[in-house]
Amino acid sequence: MDDLDTLRDELMAAVAGTSDSAGLEQVRVSALGKKGRITAMMKTLGGMEPDARKAAGQALNVLKDEIAEAIEARKQDLDDSGLEARLAEERIDVTLSSRPQPEGRIHPISQTLDEIIAILGEMGLTVADGPDIEDDWHNFTALNIPPDHPARQEHDTFYLPGETDGERMVLRTHTSPVQIRTMQAGEPPFRIIVPGRTYRCDYDATHSPMFHQVEGLVIDEATHMGHLKGCLIEFCRAFFDMDDLPVRFRPSYFPFTEPSAEVDIGCTRADGEFRIGHGDDWLEILGCGMVNPNVLKNCGIDPDKYQGFAFGIGVERMAMLKYGIPDLRTFYESDLRWLRHYGFAALDQPSMVGGLNR
Amino acid sequence: MKFTLSWLREHLETDASLDQILERLTMVGLEVEKVTDRAAGLESFIVARVAEARPHPDADRLRVCTVETGSETVEVVCGAPNARTGLVGVFAASGAYIPGTGITLKPTEIRGVASNGMLLSEREMGLSDDHDGIIDLPEDTPIGEAAVTVMGLDDPIIEIAITPNRGDCLGVRGIARDLAASGLGTLKPLDATPVPGAFASPINVHLEFDAQTADACPYFIGRYVRGVKNGDSPQWLKDKLLAIGLRPISALVDITNLLTFDLGRPLHVFDASKVTGDIRPRLARAGETLAALDGKTYTLDETMTVIADDGGAEGLGGVIGGEAAGCTEKTTDVFIEAAYFDPIRTATTGRKLNVMSDARFRFERGVDPAFLVDGMEIASRLIIELCGGEASEIVIAGTEPDWRRDITLRAERVRSLGGVDVAADEIARILTALGFAARPTDEGFSIAIPSWRDDIVGEACLVEEVVRIYGYDKIKAVPLLNPEPLPAPAFAPVLRRRSAARRLLAGRGLVEAVTYSFLGAADAALFGEIPEAVKLVNPISADLDVMRPSLLPNLIAAAARNSARGLTGISLFEVGPVFAGDKPEDQSTVAAAIRCGTTGPRHWSAGSRPWDAYDAKADAEAVLADLGVSVERLLTTTDAPAWYHPGRSGVLRQGLKNQLARFGEIHPRILNRMGAEGPIVAIEVFLDNMAPPKARKSTARPNLNLPAFQKVERDFAFVADADVAAGAVVAAARTADKTLITEVRVFDVFSGGSLQADQKSIAITVVLQPTDRTMTDREIEDVAARIIGNVADKTGAALRS
Repeated sequence: MDDLDTLRDELMAAVAGTSDSAGLEQVRVSALGKKGRITAMMKTLGGMEPDARKAAGQALNVLKDEIAEAIEARKQDLDDSGLEARLAEERIDVTLSSRPQPEGRIHPISQTLDEIIAILGEMGLTVADGPDIEDDWHNFTALNIPPDHPARQEHDTFYLPGETDGERMVLRTHTSPVQIRTMQAGEPPFRIIVPGRTYRCDYDATHSPMFHQVEGLVIDEATHMGHLKGCLIEFCRAFFDMDDLPVRFRPSYFPFTEPSAEVDIGCTRADGEFRIGHGDDWLEILGCGMVNPNVLKNCGIDPDKYQGFAFGIGVERMAMLKYGIPDLRTFYESDLRWLRHYGFAALDQPSMVGGLNR
Repeated sequence: MKFTLSWLREHLETDASLDQILERLTMVGLEVEKVTDRAAGLESFIVARVAEARPHPDADRLRVCTVETGSETVEVVCGAPNARTGLVGVFAASGAYIPGTGITLKPTEIRGVASNGMLLSEREMGLSDDHDGIIDLPEDTPIGEAAVTVMGLDDPIIEIAITPNRGDCLGVRGIARDLAASGLGTLKPLDATPVPGAFASPINVHLEFDAQTADACPYFIGRYVRGVKNGDSPQWLKDKLLAIGLRPISALVDITNLLTFDLGRPLHVFDASKVTGDIRPRLARAGETLAALDGKTYTLDETMTVIADDGGAEGLGGVIGGEAAGCTEKTTDVFIEAAYFDPIRTATTGRKLNVMSDARFRFERGVDPAFLVDGMEIASRLIIELCGGEASEIVIAGTEPDWRRDITLRAERVRSLGGVDVAADEIARILTALGFAARPTDEGFSIAIPSWRDDIVGEACLVEEVVRIYGYDKIKAVPLLNPEPLPAPAFAPVLRRRSAARRLLAGRGLVEAVTYSFLGAADAALFGEIPEAVKLVNPISADLDVMRPSLLPNLIAAAARNSARGLTGISLFEVGPVFAGDKPEDQSTVAAAIRCGTTGPRHWSAGSRPWDAYDAKADAEAVLADLGVSVERLLTTTDAPAWYHPGRSGVLRQGLKNQLARFGEIHPRILNRMGAEGPIVAIEVFLDNMAPPKARKSTARPNLNLPAFQKVERDFAFVADADVAAGAVVAAARTADKTLITEVRVFDVFSGGSLQADQKSIAITVVLQPTDRTMTDREIEDVAARIIGNVADKTGAALRS
């Protein structure tokens, strides 16, 4: 048995002494291979007495297993350190910048339109559409603005040379003509929003020859000014994300509504800083009113049966107020620095469920 | 419309404070735009008297003044040339802030003499630029009074916006009437006691219109006043006009201005000695000229109303008076005109000649047709008071236009339209206070409309009158409930495409631009012929004069501007309208994008490459796929329009007729003309050209049939003539077996090398997907042979050996 102990010690030392897998394999072959020392000793068992053979066999098997285990463990060690050495060599400089990924942007006008539509869509208004080049009748006359009405002067209309049915072509000065087209084409009730481009022949710091409006129209048999207030107060509070935003309606005049109102929201200009919300001042943000019976009549709708309200929201103005964009003209300059700064990520799709504000 | 608080109070008996008045003005629809408190910051300055002014011992130009302020006597060194003994001026004590100079006074010594305070000039008070001397008040001004009070500065100027329907509020009295109706006081009676006529007017009036145009000036009254002396107006009248920004001219002119702004009644005063014969209001003769009071000469046409005499036009009715018969300081006899001019004709005349005047502003919004005689009496009395003289009897031509009408107001309409319950007696009170007469009827009321409210044309107008005076703030907000428990989607599928295309393109790294719908004709013409119908008649400028035929020119111009700023990585898109004509069907919606320069900045990881037509094609296909188009079924043709590179552009079509998109490099000549650096690749996706999505029977997807058998991939390399399209090779391969072949991919294209000059190699991978069993080698070989045969038949390409 001393022989076995000696052999174990020798083989264990040999296993521990290997430094790579080739050396380890040599040790394995020298111990457990066909001509290995343990294998050789196994062969001697045949010549022994049964009792001695049993005892020697067990001892040899134990040794064999021990050595095999030791070789396996050593192999794992050698593999691990080999992998570690490789990984150490594969080291990269992770402080280098990642590969550039161009980042797209949604224009603040589109984002604001999507927000407005998300809110009003909750109230059952659906989007309607109409042409930018309108005829005089749809843009003015049908909206109760007869040819020599003083309100026409305030519209600074762009004219085009053509005519339709004897009516001069114009660039629509507001999205209201889509009210007319919608009411002419369908039957009440109506609940529509009309986002779109509008045009006025005016250009200075606060006027752009093209700008965007969202028109709203609700017509049925029972909608009154209380509903108008309810709709727009909720709208303003949702849009500006302020549950207690002060909203004020004051009388005004539009030829296509009667009664008419302008809507102000609370604001403060204290300490030279402008903020929307509670304060000592008001800011006009949109115009609205009950649809003038003449407008309904012009669309073939019985004003004794149907009534409702309309409103018009200036999209750029809303975007400027909400997102603190200082200059109207910059909206159309396509300056990439501006677009990246004020624009929105592609996946920031506003919704009432997912939220309106980023 | 401007007025002062005290002016308003001449018509309105009220205890209300300024703030209450301002709030109420806005809340009845007379929006306050600005309030100027001229006294702000000047309150501490007091009237003081120079008891003695003596020369400064050490300075020739300075005087040492002993100033009595009413409570004390102080010494002030003053440099003003008019500082003199006995002068009554405005004194600022030490410690006071001087707005005109921005200095806070403190006791000082000027050349050895103590000075405690300052006598102020108008400039130092911030009132004007006048610094020729210190303020010199009348000698009887009470010493110690607040200067702002004696100078009439403690009277805030209120400026309000008047909506076009409220011509009646273009006089202070109309504003007072609205405020009184809203419960803020009572409207004072107006004294229009007639001035007796002492003689018959030597000038008569003849309306010379034919029946069709009689409404141009249906009513004209005049009065002769003789023996007047026209000079400066008294201070109270000057102050009033100055406060609202009008320049006092002479008493006669100032009186007409006062009537205009106080009562909304424009008048004209002729120098009677310059009138030839009688007054003959008529339409102008074509080419007739008028030298007007604004110093300009206008050429008139036969649509314009003139006030003529036997010699010719002396004024443009309702718009502007003539120079020739205007009043001067030498005027002794005058003829006063009060007339009614048709609003539309007045507006048209003013617009044609580009004249704006206070008279036109009122006539085109409608003046009170029943206030001519009263207006005349008030004006006559003022003239006689201020200028002396003796009035004639009134001359009347024509008749008062018939303004009387009644409108039914059903009592419940205030609630059912206005959304607020107002008691019947309150409805009647409000309307009566506004000058309406409310007579109860079975339905509610019959309302008689006052002469000055031609804007009231129907029941809704009356509801507005009641509700605006009652208070919009008393209307209870009612939620606008969605008629269904859940709202329908706000976008119809076709309209949703626009926002979907936006989000998709932004997701691909492009930045959205919003550009004008118009551009310069020269740039537009590079993108197709521009029909006359889309050329603006009155463009804002020559480079914004036609409606855009394409989104690309604006995007390319934007890219050039960004590039000029040194920016790189310019990838822009826009989704918006283009115009092929002026009819609704000529307008279509396009999603267009451009990518300029290279795929990215220089970076350690890899080089960048120029964007090319395939990047553009990928953008176009991505948009189309997102919108539900089966991109693999589209045809790619090479007939993109002339603004694309002729060899590097294509059109994606659904069938041969329907263009869904174009893509490719922009033609270098176009970029050159537009001053943009190339290359630029672009897409135009025509969002309206896709067939509207079909209504689906079910939202369920088709069954997912995952094949149970291995797919087989085989590669083929063909040698083809150089002009053979890869698409043709792919299509030919595909037709070899439409069920087995699920995919054909080009994985290599090259020319040169061992190939002949006019040849190229196209290598494809074909994916075979059996559905019922594993394919045998024999079957695979059969399909391969068919692929090779088909490609050879359709394209002439041969398998590369």
